Amino acid sequence: MNQFDLSTARSQESVLETNKVLKNTYMLLSATLVFSAIMAAVSMAMAMPPMVYMISVIGAMVLGIFVLPRTANSSKGIGVIFLITGLMGFGLGAILTQYLALPKGPEIIGTAFGGTGIIFLGLSGYALTSKRNFSFMGGFLFAGMMVVLLAVLANLFMDLPALSLAISAGIILLMSGFILFDTSRIISGGETNYIMATYGLYLAIFNIFISLLHLLGAFSGDD
Amino acid sequence: MDWMKILAAAGVVMMLFFMWPAYKHWSQNGPKAEKGDWQAVVLPLAAIVGFVVLLIMMVR
Repeated sequence: MNQFDLSTARSQESVLETNKVLKNTYMLLSATLVFSAIMAAVSMAMAMPPMVYMISVIGAMVLGIFVLPRTANSSKGIGVIFLITGLMGFGLGAILTQYLALPKGPEIIGTAFGGTGIIFLGLSGYALTSKRNFSFMGGFLFAGMMVVLLAVLANLFMDLPALSLAISAGIILLMSGFILFDTSRIISGGETNYIMATYGLYLAIFNIFISLLHLLGAFSGDD
Repeated sequence: MDWMKILAAAGVVMMLFFMWPAYKHWSQNGPKAEKGDWQAVVLPLAAIVGFVVLLIMMVR
């Protein structure tokens, strides 16, 4: 086999590997989203109080930081990602119970759900078809996340409604950027672990949904 | 409740602490943008802004 054949074979192998990671990521993402929705329904049926949201999110965050990176290369990682997304879904149910009690609650939840789906599908489609590498956004996105987290920290004690809305709007834009960044990293072979890829995309979808709920709730006059 | 705020603040500080290495890595070693790269990002993000405004108008 000459050098050209070798590089062609390697390139085909790399494309096949990338397609496999992409397919596995979307399959696991679909399964975790369905599992999350089931856990949210369970939480709503149990009428969980709002503080369950914070406890679930912090629990999921601890698992995501300390446990998932150590188990992502083994089959245990699948169990951990379902545990994380299940916890987040359970916490989400507590928030949805509050929104459902509002006069326009079901409409707000439905609009946020549909809007999140359209944003995710639109951005994923754009990243997949444009074939651009959005990895250059990494520094900007992580810097943006740190600024948003500092704003969240400040607003925990200042309680400014306008800042809270600005944070939600900022999160929607940052998470949209993360969808482009994560998807292009899968396509370019920068992310080869489908469990970690799923975790990144799941977090982006979850945060967009929560932030859209907040914005729609506030501007509908119900929040 | 105060303990809820303290718990949330602890969570945010923990996230900041663990996000710092990722920020450092991407800002130092991440690829630099080429001509037209930012334009390719700004266009879909502007579409997202317009879409969110449309959703807000729908529920008002």
